Amino acid sequence: MWEYTDTVREHFLNPRNAGEMPDANAIGEVGSLACGDALKLFLKINEKGVIEKASFQTFGCASAIASSSALTEIIKGMTIEEASKITNKDIAAYLGGLPKEKMHCSVMGEEALEAAIRNYKGLAPLTHEEEGKLICKCFGVTDNQIIKAIRENNLQTVEEVTNFTKAGGACGTCIDAIAQILESEKNAGLALHEIKPVLKKPLSNIQKMQKIIQVIEEDIRPRLTQDGGDVELIDVVDDKVIVSLRGACSSCRASAVTLKDVVEATLKEHVDKNLIVVQA
Amino acid sequence: MSNVIYFDNNATTQVAPEVVEAMLPFFKEMYGNASSMHSFGGQVGKHISNAREQIANLLNAVPDEIVFTSCGTESDNTAVMSAIETQPEKKHFITTRVEHSAMMAMGDYLEKKGYDVTYLSVDSKGQLDLAELEAAIRPDTALVSVMFANNETGTVFPIAKIADIVKSKGVLFHVDAVQAVGKEIIDLQKLPIDFLAFSGHKLHAPKGIGVLYIRRGTRFRPFIRGGHQERGRRAGTENAPYIVGLGKACELAGNNILKERTEVARLRDMLEQGIISKIDHVIINGDTEHRLPNTTNISFEAVEGEAILLMLDQFGICASSGSACTSGSLEPSHVLRAMGVPFNYAHGSIRFSLSRYSTEEEVKKVIDVTPKIIENLRAISPFRGKNF
Repeated sequence: MWEYTDTVREHFLNPRNAGEMPDANAIGEVGSLACGDALKLFLKINEKGVIEKASFQTFGCASAIASSSALTEIIKGMTIEEASKITNKDIAAYLGGLPKEKMHCSVMGEEALEAAIRNYKGLAPLTHEEEGKLICKCFGVTDNQIIKAIRENNLQTVEEVTNFTKAGGACGTCIDAIAQILESEKNAGLALHEIKPVLKKPLSNIQKMQKIIQVIEEDIRPRLTQDGGDVELIDVVDDKVIVSLRGACSSCRASAVTLKDVVEATLKEHVDKNLIVVQA
Repeated sequence: MSNVIYFDNNATTQVAPEVVEAMLPFFKEMYGNASSMHSFGGQVGKHISNAREQIANLLNAVPDEIVFTSCGTESDNTAVMSAIETQPEKKHFITTRVEHSAMMAMGDYLEKKGYDVTYLSVDSKGQLDLAELEAAIRPDTALVSVMFANNETGTVFPIAKIADIVKSKGVLFHVDAVQAVGKEIIDLQKLPIDFLAFSGHKLHAPKGIGVLYIRRGTRFRPFIRGGHQERGRRAGTENAPYIVGLGKACELAGNNILKERTEVARLRDMLEQGIISKIDHVIINGDTEHRLPNTTNISFEAVEGEAILLMLDQFGICASSGSACTSGSLEPSHVLRAMGVPFNYAHGSIRFSLSRYSTEEEVKKVIDVTPKIIENLRAISPFRGKNF
């Protein structure tokens, strides 16, 4: 037996907003009988873009019904913009968590909501090309859906991908393809990590000074001179960079902003994030 | 939990009160080791012999053909491993697509070891094609293993005919009879079976005790090695209380087998008819003409099995489902898929399995609440109105 929270049980036994909505102006449908779960979401959105009513019809297990019920409760009263930010995590959190094997039920809720919003905006349902490359033929899951679930939920293993998307949960022939997607997502993450250590490496005082001069000469001054201003480096004391603004900048009321947003921000980005820039 | 209606007897059964009584002395006074030289331990051995006779009587076997194990899975594993170890030159194994995981996992294991494994198909009733079986047997077939009766649908295979085919080719034959012992009449003097496995907890004995029947003269290698217990065929100190309990349970099963086949079958039929007469778009899975007397497997279209089970649970009704969501595998039961049950029905399958302790009152209660549960779930289903 699954370990369902009391909230899941409550929303399963007494689902909120269950049933068709004859006056709905947005409908999102996902899943199928063959897949073992399906959700049809109905929304009534007013002229201000606020979801006045939400209801659902669901075929599926207890957690699928509870996830649908929770979704309608979450989005009622939200604007389309607010609702479009709802993810499966919000649905799972509302229910006090779902067993990991059942996370795909919350993902189904997120997908139905996306489909309903597309429907409201007059966009056609996603074509197969837009949905991405079909990875899991048994459950009709594409690479884009898998990548989205990996990124939104920080998934690390094929098993987790299966729990969230169902991909790979039947015949298993796509498991290698899922592993490849995970691998390329991990590599994409690594590439970002590799840049950071370069910035973190502590610079000697001379290196720091040279770097600051270089960035001011090559990056900051050309931008300030475009506006008739200029900047001169006076000194560097520990992390404090002392400069003097010249030309148009010296009399400009926005010079404080220039100092922080242009000079300091640029130096922080390219030299050291601890640098502080002050006027001489 | 006195209000529980326990219709999940193919999963496990209530231990019979007489069995508990028979076991108790072996936890208290008679705790000796049957292998000891002193009479305090030795007296336990007599009770174990008595149990072995009770079991042999139920199956019309000889007592020394009965080997005690820890469970049905161990018995199944032991039979397969013995068959391949005694015939190392034979590299082919035949079983079916609807076996219990105890056998499915052995098929996987043998395939990984380089064996050819044939999984026989079944028809829409879950029955084998005997011509397919005959054609599948090869000179290098080490073992044919089939179940006596299916745990999910109750479909009973024609074991006598299968045994004749397999033995006419001189191949070893193993039967997983976990669901059949105590419900089907099994006469091992008439059935040419080499190995037969069953488990105590399916027939009102406790969990943790099983039997492997090994026909006299069958070449055998033990699966668990150690002491000389079970005449060297299964090492490990005899689990005296459980063995005595299983002996008692088999005696009771023999006394009650006609009740199982008439009264339990009557209640099962009443339940089945009661449900299908009140609900549309249902099918019965399995072979209703060759079926365990206690089992019915009903599929409700466009409703998901786990949701039905949890609703039944609200009324204290225990059943099980072949739906994907209950297995954690995301796919409906391999048995229903092998039978070609359509997905819209397979996801909504519910198995009710009764026992001799089931009552008419309980059956009426289930008939009473089930239609409303199905109606409520269909009412919120997006497929409402498409077919019905």
